[in-house]
Amino acid sequence: MNLPPTALIIGASSGIGAALAREFARNGLRLALVARRKDLLEKLAQELSAVETRCYAHDVAEYDEAPVLWQQILQDFGRVDIVVYNAGVLLPVGPEEYDFGADKRMVEINLLGAMAWLNPVALTFGRTGRGHIVGISSVAGDRGRVGAPGYNTTKAALSTFLEALRNRLTKKGVHVLTVKPGFVQTDMLKNAPKTFWVISPEQAAQDIVKAIHRRAQVAYTPERWGLLMNVIRHIPSFLFRRLKI
Amino acid sequence: MSVSQLPLERLDKVENYGHSRHTVAYVYRPNQVAQIEEVFALARRAGLSVALRGAGRSYGDAATNSGQVVLDLQRMNRILNWNPATGVIKVEPGVTIAQIWQHVLEDGYWPPVTSGTMFPTIGGALAHNIHGKNNTKAGTLGEHVLEFTALLPNGEQVTCTPTENSELFYALISTAGLLGVFTSVTLKLKKLHTGLVDVHAWAMTHLGEMMRDLDERKHEFDYIVGWVDTLDHNGRGQIHGANYVHDAPNAAETLRLDKQVLPDTFFGLVPKSTLWMFMTPFMNNVGTRLINTAKYVFSATLEQRKIYRQSLVEFNYLLDYVPNWEKSYGRSGLIQYQTFIPLATATDAYLEMLRLAQRRGMPPFLGVTKRHRPDRFLFTHAVDGYSFAMDFKVTNAARLQKLCEEMSDIALEAGGRFYFAKDSTLTPGRARRYLGEETLAKFQALKAQCDPENLLQSDLYRRLLV
Repeated sequence: MNLPPTALIIGASSGIGAALAREFARNGLRLALVARRKDLLEKLAQELSAVETRCYAHDVAEYDEAPVLWQQILQDFGRVDIVVYNAGVLLPVGPEEYDFGADKRMVEINLLGAMAWLNPVALTFGRTGRGHIVGISSVAGDRGRVGAPGYNTTKAALSTFLEALRNRLTKKGVHVLTVKPGFVQTDMLKNAPKTFWVISPEQAAQDIVKAIHRRAQVAYTPERWGLLMNVIRHIPSFLFRRLKI
Repeated sequence: MSVSQLPLERLDKVENYGHSRHTVAYVYRPNQVAQIEEVFALARRAGLSVALRGAGRSYGDAATNSGQVVLDLQRMNRILNWNPATGVIKVEPGVTIAQIWQHVLEDGYWPPVTSGTMFPTIGGALAHNIHGKNNTKAGTLGEHVLEFTALLPNGEQVTCTPTENSELFYALISTAGLLGVFTSVTLKLKKLHTGLVDVHAWAMTHLGEMMRDLDERKHEFDYIVGWVDTLDHNGRGQIHGANYVHDAPNAAETLRLDKQVLPDTFFGLVPKSTLWMFMTPFMNNVGTRLINTAKYVFSATLEQRKIYRQSLVEFNYLLDYVPNWEKSYGRSGLIQYQTFIPLATATDAYLEMLRLAQRRGMPPFLGVTKRHRPDRFLFTHAVDGYSFAMDFKVTNAARLQKLCEEMSDIALEAGGRFYFAKDSTLTPGRARRYLGEETLAKFQALKAQCDPENLLQSDLYRRLLV
């Protein structure tokens, strides 16, 4: 009979990644967990010992490691069905601050890391004609806001990258999902100034699994962010820059 | 991190025949023996194992090697020598059964043993030592091999015949490609006078009656096979017995390739390449009951006791009438579950298995029974008895696995055997009971001798034999 399905989560040690691991485990998936902090991964793996789980310590900014580790995971599991790129950082900058170092780091983790991982994944999934690629972007990528120019840029670029992958791979049978969470109760939220509609990582994980099942292209979590961002995206620029959003 | 040295571009989809197993592997397609040796060296350096694969017609996991290397031998498909005077042919392992019959038929020859599809490679067919509908008359394919050469993972190139290196001869044939790679095979083919068979068809109301007829009438026919209505409580069905036609007014013409074709369309309308899509809506309990009932009523009335003439291709290659028929089972595919049970216990065991599947709400959609004779190959599946093959749609894999395990226990209790070309549900303990300690010890000793680094592996090997 077939091998049980497998999910790979890059950025699995905490937040949405860890919650997704728990949700996938509840659905009986085997898990490949990737993150920098191996101690946290191993703790999570112990918690999820009912399913086959393997941990891989890796810094997503070590781009050359990504295709090698991807192959290692394929060798270890024999098949991978879902790949979630969840690694991301939000480095706070003040309203008058322009910090190239912070911006560069966010580009490295949020965007280049995703490209380093999802390119080999896309190549393999495209050849095998199946698989789900899930990128955790953000509502922050829908407009350039005064509070977080660098972060907004990385998430906008990630959303565009995922859209391009989708346009390449859908006809080959591969599903690409862009997830745009609003405010989720994670470590990253500590750096967010004003928050509302805050949800738990568990709720976000449940929404993401539902979106995978219905093969959605873009999923806002919670869903009402979709309506709000639809309005915000259509505010003309000359008005948007006057708003304190 | 253990670092693989193999290129990412080599990763490709590797599935089984029933599309019930989806894996990814580094696929290499050598064209000559030196390239096989290169792939062995590459795999060793990367710390990976190598599985051998022909046309991918195994229903289980014998030709998949998840995350590892797969050596696809289909490009080694040259016919090396053909002698129409003696009927002896020498081929590379990637030559298919179709290539062979198309090459030799006009000279009046035919593969002595053939599967229900013409597309398996000779290497794959011998790795599993296939049988056909003529097993009681002709035995398995391995019994028609005069000689083969093989490359062993230990670097040796060996020549084996039934009398020279005979232990390896009887082991490499049947052990699922786990001891060495066939590099050439010399076969003695069957002499024919026409390209036709006369088919006798008769329906029977009970599986027990069918098995009795398969046994009592086996000497009357060159080929004999029973088709079982697997949704019927008693396993009613129809037997087809066929004999080669030795004399016909247009004998030479019947041997021409243009007289050995399967229809391009059904009812003159539906292109056969699309027919599997029309079958999909019937691949459920209700649809199959409808089709089986109609087929049985037809066979018990209009076709009862009829004799009709068919070409060899029409009679032998039922599976090839509908290209991609296996896709009609949906995205989760199908498994074929086949056991071989001795004469004395087979009927009761098979009825028990069939009724168990029906009670569990998972009846097979196709059932085929045949009479067999034993052979002396190491991993022989054959018995002096019967086989019963059942096609199951994979809807709930866990429940199907449990059902198959229950059926395997019935088969083992009845002295049954299994067939690695079909198997996907055996467990290590049950495989051990089937093969026996002596056979396993012999296999392990040969494995240590031919493949000391354990390079040749497959998903089946790791599932059952490690």
